[in-house]
Amino acid sequence: MEENWKRAKAVFAAMAGPPVFWLAAFFLVPLGIIWAYSFGENSSLTEIAINGTFANYVHAIQPLYLGIIVKSFWFAALTTALCLVVGFPVAIAITFAPEKTKAWLLLLIMLPFWTNLLIRTYALMAVLRTEGYINFALAFLWNSLGHLTAAFGHPLAAFTPLELLHNNFAVVFGLVYVQLPFMVLPLYAALDRLDRSLLEASLDLGAGHFTTFRRVVIPLATPGIISGIIVTLIPSVGAYLTPDLLGGPESLMIANVIERQFKTANNWPFGSALSFLLMYMTFIAIAVQAMVARNRRGAAR
Amino acid sequence: MSKPERQAPPAPLEYLRRWPIRAWLAVVAVFLYAPLITLMAFSFNNSRRNIVWRGFTLDYYVQVFQDQGLLTAFGNSLVIAAVSTVASVILGALTALTLWRFKFPGKPALEGALALPIVVPEICMGVAMLVFFTQVIPWPTSLAWPLNLGSIIISHISFSFSFVAIVIRARLASFNRELEEAAKDLGAGEWRILRDILVPHMWPGLLAGALLAFTLSLDDFVITFFTSGPDTTTFPVKVYSMVRFSVTPEVNAASTLLIIITVVLTAIALRLQGADVAKDAAGVA
Repeated sequence: MEENWKRAKAVFAAMAGPPVFWLAAFFLVPLGIIWAYSFGENSSLTEIAINGTFANYVHAIQPLYLGIIVKSFWFAALTTALCLVVGFPVAIAITFAPEKTKAWLLLLIMLPFWTNLLIRTYALMAVLRTEGYINFALAFLWNSLGHLTAAFGHPLAAFTPLELLHNNFAVVFGLVYVQLPFMVLPLYAALDRLDRSLLEASLDLGAGHFTTFRRVVIPLATPGIISGIIVTLIPSVGAYLTPDLLGGPESLMIANVIERQFKTANNWPFGSALSFLLMYMTFIAIAVQAMVARNRRGAAR
Repeated sequence: MSKPERQAPPAPLEYLRRWPIRAWLAVVAVFLYAPLITLMAFSFNNSRRNIVWRGFTLDYYVQVFQDQGLLTAFGNSLVIAAVSTVASVILGALTALTLWRFKFPGKPALEGALALPIVVPEICMGVAMLVFFTQVIPWPTSLAWPLNLGSIIISHISFSFSFVAIVIRARLASFNRELEEAAKDLGAGEWRILRDILVPHMWPGLLAGALLAFTLSLDDFVITFFTSGPDTTTFPVKVYSMVRFSVTPEVNAASTLLIIITVVLTAIALRLQGADVAKDAAGVA
């Protein structure tokens, strides 16, 4: 039984006091200040007057910034969809693997996830840049092909490296690379709980693997799919490092705009408003997930 | 169910034995690992061009260990991670104990507030900390080392202790409350119960939480980027400034060192508590 806090007030205060103080002073207060700033304006170079204006939020939904917000969501949605497509077969393979292989496969998925995000992004830069490994391999193939066609009297034009880095493609590629484990783990968790006899019954009764997958596995794994989508989507929308290092000038996302407002443009109130818009969107996504989960639980009863 | 013979066709649900799934797994493994493995391999490559193999060398590691800026940043990272780990484990354990032991008004509110550092986008927390440490408590960066790292340490504790609390709380859920009641009946005081009964039970959780906090702190870039100053860079922030400039073998060598440290810490964490911790940690991270 949980003890009523009134029965041991001193112990309760000693236990709850430090974390509550820390959370309030060094987390909630900083966020509160940003929230207050989002209703203010620059009154001088260093002063911010909090005057209850909504101008920053109005500014944020002007076409330029609205476009960036929409683009961030588009990138994140594309990333999530790609992770789902790439990750689902992986999750299935892990779920139905023998115990020992399962542990190794899980480790295989998780090891990159424990590696520093910056380093993973840097690794991609080395792969994608014009003098990177992909272009190097393509040049090699192209030149070999060139030798072959030259033998028949049709030499190929010189190889022009593909522009793979510093564009929107690189950003989505990088986001998929970084977020894939976030998708695979919840999918695996959902599939692992699934009652296998249902799958066997479906296959026995003549449904093919694809039909079974579509009509049995997907409906049963929906909660896992939804949490996979949420945990992939949220960090992708707010991604800073990936668009910063892999993107070009046209691939700015919300987080890059926020960083600029604080570090270079020196428009803190506007940056604060953008931060809170991003946070509200995050909370809405989480609330939607909670609602879906509750509805399903209610329906199951 | 009997195990099929080696030659037998795969059973209906043995998806791993089907070639399309195997091919898919192989492609995903190449996708996930090829960039990291080439990065590590080319840190030993005897060529600045970083693309054609020209023989083995340790030159870039020597350069990393002679680069004063990198070494300072690495030292800063370790100190920050160590201090924030100790503080996060203490705060996380207190949080877990409070939530486990007591019934109190505002408990759901506290649980909700604790989830915030986990769900709030890093960039938002980063700018909030930037504003907090310039406007509210301007942290004097002229303080003696390591006190000048205070603002970074405080930010790291703020984002890691919730994670630690979750790991420890999961461990406490398996504790038999009767043990505590028995100890109380036999006359043990609060302190004695904590020291002799609760802490020994929580121990694997404390260790797992500590490793998680250490890795989170060592890995963090975005939040540190907003709280660090010119004299207080951490390893990731320093690597970032090098990466922005270009892809070089020195960065490969420095990255390889960090990858090895992280992998070793992860391996220890997995060993300590079996795969369950890894799953918990993956679930919250």
